[in-house]
Amino acid sequence: MSVNQGEVLISVKDLKKYYNGDEIHALDGITNDIAKGEVVVVIGPSGSGKSTFLRSLNLLERPTGGTITFDGIDITSPQTDINQLRQKMGMVFQHFNLFPHLTILRNMTIAPMKLNKLSKEDAEKKALELLGKVGLADRANSYPSQLSGGQKQRIAIVRALAMDPEVMLFDEPTSALDPEMVGEVLEVMKQLARDGMTMVCVTHEMGFAREVGTRVIFMDEGKIIEENTPEQIFTNPQNERLKTFLQKVL
Amino acid sequence: MSEETEVTEKKSRSFKLEKSSRVSILFAVLCLLLAATCVGYAILLMVDYDYAITLLRVYSDSQIGRVLIGGFNDFLAQIKLNFIDKDRWTYLVKGLLVTFEVTFFATLIGIALGVIVAMIRSSHDKLEEELRPGFGKVLFDLIDNICRIYLTVIRGTPTVVQLMIAYFIIFAASNNKILIAILAFGINSGAYVAEIIRSGIMSVDPGQTEAGRSLGFNYIQTMFYIVIPQAFKTVLPALANEFIVLIKETSVSGYVGLQDLTKGGDIIRSQTYSAFLPLIVVAAVYLVIVLFFTKLVSLLEGRLRNSER
Ligand SMILES: Nc1ncnc2c1ncn2[C@@H]1O[C@H](COP(=O)(O)OP(=O)(O)O)[C@@H](O)[C@H]1O
Ligand SMILES: [Mg+2]
Repeated sequence: MSVNQGEVLISVKDLKKYYNGDEIHALDGITNDIAKGEVVVVIGPSGSGKSTFLRSLNLLERPTGGTITFDGIDITSPQTDINQLRQKMGMVFQHFNLFPHLTILRNMTIAPMKLNKLSKEDAEKKALELLGKVGLADRANSYPSQLSGGQKQRIAIVRALAMDPEVMLFDEPTSALDPEMVGEVLEVMKQLARDGMTMVCVTHEMGFAREVGTRVIFMDEGKIIEENTPEQIFTNPQNERLKTFLQKVL
Repeated sequence: MSEETEVTEKKSRSFKLEKSSRVSILFAVLCLLLAATCVGYAILLMVDYDYAITLLRVYSDSQIGRVLIGGFNDFLAQIKLNFIDKDRWTYLVKGLLVTFEVTFFATLIGIALGVIVAMIRSSHDKLEEELRPGFGKVLFDLIDNICRIYLTVIRGTPTVVQLMIAYFIIFAASNNKILIAILAFGINSGAYVAEIIRSGIMSVDPGQTEAGRSLGFNYIQTMFYIVIPQAFKTVLPALANEFIVLIKETSVSGYVGLQDLTKGGDIIRSQTYSAFLPLIVVAAVYLVIVLFFTKLVSLLEGRLRNSER
């Protein structure tokens, strides 16, 4: 079933997440490998567990059961220093979550500096370089509230990139944006994909999935129902639920 | 029923408003009259000095004149007795300095203690599932429970009782009244500050914590770099208010023999056997200080709102 090749970066085995004791099965046994350089797009109806799956990967949600291995290390083990590993997993949120009390530059340098990854000079140099890449170098000293939604999300992406992550996790990065701003954010993500970044994206942007996705995972009711290349998923869906879903979103 | 009370309340409020505006008009008229009289008399003095003096004599010899002048003389005598004789005013000045000293340092202790307790309390529940079972967790539970007890006891007992317990029991061996008062009021204030800060922490969007954690910050780092700075901004007015409250709270310092502003006034009263002036002046000083800081806080609040980014 698996369509990926290459070195496995994240390996998920029988991942379960229950809420309210045993009542809500947000994740009901997910098994999947994500290889280096893959761009995995996760789709599925609302409440199907996409966010929970993504947030489990960097342990923002603690799984009820199963294991997640990242770079060969079992991150669900209590012995693992999760803070160390999270530095290698960038995350981009639906609502940007920029730090409103800090300038753009500070938003981007605070983690590399305080986590002793880079000196102040190096962190700022790197931040400005990244800002230049997304066309926002002139906003370095602005505050988040002075930016548009699209600009905020581009900043959020480069803020995560400033930590030099091995994988980038996106949870509906364009869902909170006005339609005219979706394009500029997707463009940054596409460039990132072309540069070879390993990405896991929860998104409803099927165009993005088609263009740069290497694999699409369809989830429903906490399970992976179908996974395949974008080409196959969109032109030749097998599962009934996937067909219904695609009819609704395409 | 509730509608009715609302209506009557509205009525009484509007009545109050009318009454107060009437009073202020009356006051303004009286002031004008007084000013006019003074100006008139000054002109009279210049035009016909002798007549003006005679007029003053006649009036000051009349019954009402005597009462007025006598009252004024008494008043001056009281001021002299209470504040000038034996340099009694120094009780008030020294007392005011003590009040400021105690309030200032107690506020510092209160904020430090409050931040720590607020962090422990609000992190305890969140870290519950992240912590491995073991000695660390047991210790953390213990500390959390101590914080809870601290908050309950401090907020559930009168400040003056806490102060006396600190002075007569806990620090009975020491006689450094100022230090004990600073500690007692600081520990007292810390409990209130903790609740203020905790509400501030809870008001920060959980997405901020998630963003901080996703970058690799641990819980404490996320708190210090991301959450607390934002929480502080929202609770700054409430914290400043706590400082203002503390200024008044310290007025019970006299219970342990510390000579603060209130005690200073009280010492004057016991020496001169006159209550009116010392107490009124003490009250006026508190009022002026509190009004000053209240104004400062509202300015600060305006600034914060303007810089709201
Ligand atoms: N903190 C929570 N408490 C209880 N139920 C939750 C919680 N978070 C998510 N869920 C439930 O888990 C399921 C999956 O949620 P989610 O992963 O957010 O779905 P999606 O991102 O695909 O819309 C939903 O039914 C949701 O109601
Ligand atoms: Mg979601």
